[in-house]
Amino acid sequence: MKIKQLQEILGFNILRLCIGIVICALIIILYDITTKGIGVISWKFLSSMPKNGMTEGGILPAIIGTFLVTVITALMAIPLGMGCAIYLNEYAKDSKTTRLIRMAIRNLSGVPSIVYGLFGVILFVQLMNFGTCVLSAGLTLGLMTLPWTITASEEALKNVPNSYREGSLALGATKWQAIKTNVLPYAVPGMLTGTILGLSRAAGETAPILFTGAAFFLPSMPKSLFSQFMALPYHLYIMSTQHHAISKVRPIAYGTALVLIALVFMMNLCAVIIRYRLRKIKME
Amino acid sequence: MEDIKIRVGDFNFYYGKMHVLKNVSIDIAANKVTGIIGPSGCGKSTFLRSINRMNDTILGSKAEGRIILDNKNIYDEDVDVVEIRRKVGMVFQKSNPFPKTIFDNVAYGLRINGVKDKYYIHERVEKSLKDAAIWDEVKDRLTKNAFELSGGQQQRLCIARALAVEPEVILMDEPASALDPTATLKIEELIQQLKKKYTIIIVTHNMQQAARISDFTAFFMLGELVEYDITSIMFTKPSKKITEDYITGRFG
Repeated sequence: MKIKQLQEILGFNILRLCIGIVICALIIILYDITTKGIGVISWKFLSSMPKNGMTEGGILPAIIGTFLVTVITALMAIPLGMGCAIYLNEYAKDSKTTRLIRMAIRNLSGVPSIVYGLFGVILFVQLMNFGTCVLSAGLTLGLMTLPWTITASEEALKNVPNSYREGSLALGATKWQAIKTNVLPYAVPGMLTGTILGLSRAAGETAPILFTGAAFFLPSMPKSLFSQFMALPYHLYIMSTQHHAISKVRPIAYGTALVLIALVFMMNLCAVIIRYRLRKIKME
Repeated sequence: MEDIKIRVGDFNFYYGKMHVLKNVSIDIAANKVTGIIGPSGCGKSTFLRSINRMNDTILGSKAEGRIILDNKNIYDEDVDVVEIRRKVGMVFQKSNPFPKTIFDNVAYGLRINGVKDKYYIHERVEKSLKDAAIWDEVKDRLTKNAFELSGGQQQRLCIARALAVEPEVILMDEPASALDPTATLKIEELIQQLKKKYTIIIVTHNMQQAARISDFTAFFMLGELVEYDITSIMFTKPSKKITEDYITGRFG
């Protein structure tokens, strides 16, 4: 009896230690970045170009660049991912081929992002001749996000009870009508949440945009989809490892990191809000 | 027998290698209630779902033989499944209202069938809810979510939803099995009203219910139609020993 109780207490505390370590690490990182970065954050920092070899000035082009690239990523990953998920979950028969496709998609989400970067260079930059630009980088990130979008969307579709499909079909709906009117409306919140989480991850990636369009420094904003651009994660990478005066620009690097974290956090918050609101509408 | 609405001939059904319905032949009378009884797994639900081809959605299933509705075999290749399902409505065992308003639930079938006229939709919704004997309970809260209704009301709403598209046949798969006695009684009374306009086929687990509400009763076992007769005869002097055993509750 004594030993059993001891085991119970020990087990519980080990688990508590695990969660404690994780939370501590998170808090330390956030505290470190916030305290060191908050000093440089100002409206001017957010809204002006870098100056004097990026030792002064702001990070506006990086913010704009990351925004543009994320929009292109979304434009590619959302329709394609949802389409694939609808096909896989609603139309595809459970055959060897579809199982293989599913497995491939799951595995793709584990491919290192630098590999996507190389793939993007070959496909978009060279083969399709887009050059290193916003479009190539966005599409590369889109490819990287697709497995997440598809998997999240499929899960969302699986959560819609089959009785909604059957009930609709029994009233004379075609399969697509049943999906459109009685499945998708209830799956979209889940689909969007998963997708936005994927996008926020893509927004923070450096490797895939490294070869496909992100620039070290640009004196002006991107003029079209075929221009190079600056991006927050890449800017951060340069400021912290590649710059000629690393110690001097440290505050700017921390400021950039803080902005990037805030951006990702806001996107995730959006996902939560969208899900919450759509869920409420559904229940009304 | 009176007018025949559905003629089933040598109908076989398979789930993969499993032979679920074996050479079923049965004539279903128009504007009557036909009850289908039998032990669990005897194929009665499968048979019901064959009549509006809901089984098509199950992978690896295969149907052979004829189910003739108004002189047309619904398993012919040139048949539009969607049209069949509009003509043959279905009420499921577990009431399945959609997470929409009460009004939108009933209007759903009309809208997917391309009806745009708002007045007509309104009229049909009201008529269907009245026919399903639920109008008085919901008329003041048509814009409320259907999930707010009680179990029995939800099931009658599902019946109203099926009625809205003006089917000719209504299939009911144990529609009252999850309801309390009062709600069950309401559904049974409703079925008696509905048979004036519709041909009704109802699967039930409840022998007394079959005896109460159906004009004809079919007894299925192990995928075969064992006996089929006028309900009063079936329940008083069945021709087969096994039917008698089942009806009197010796097994099943």
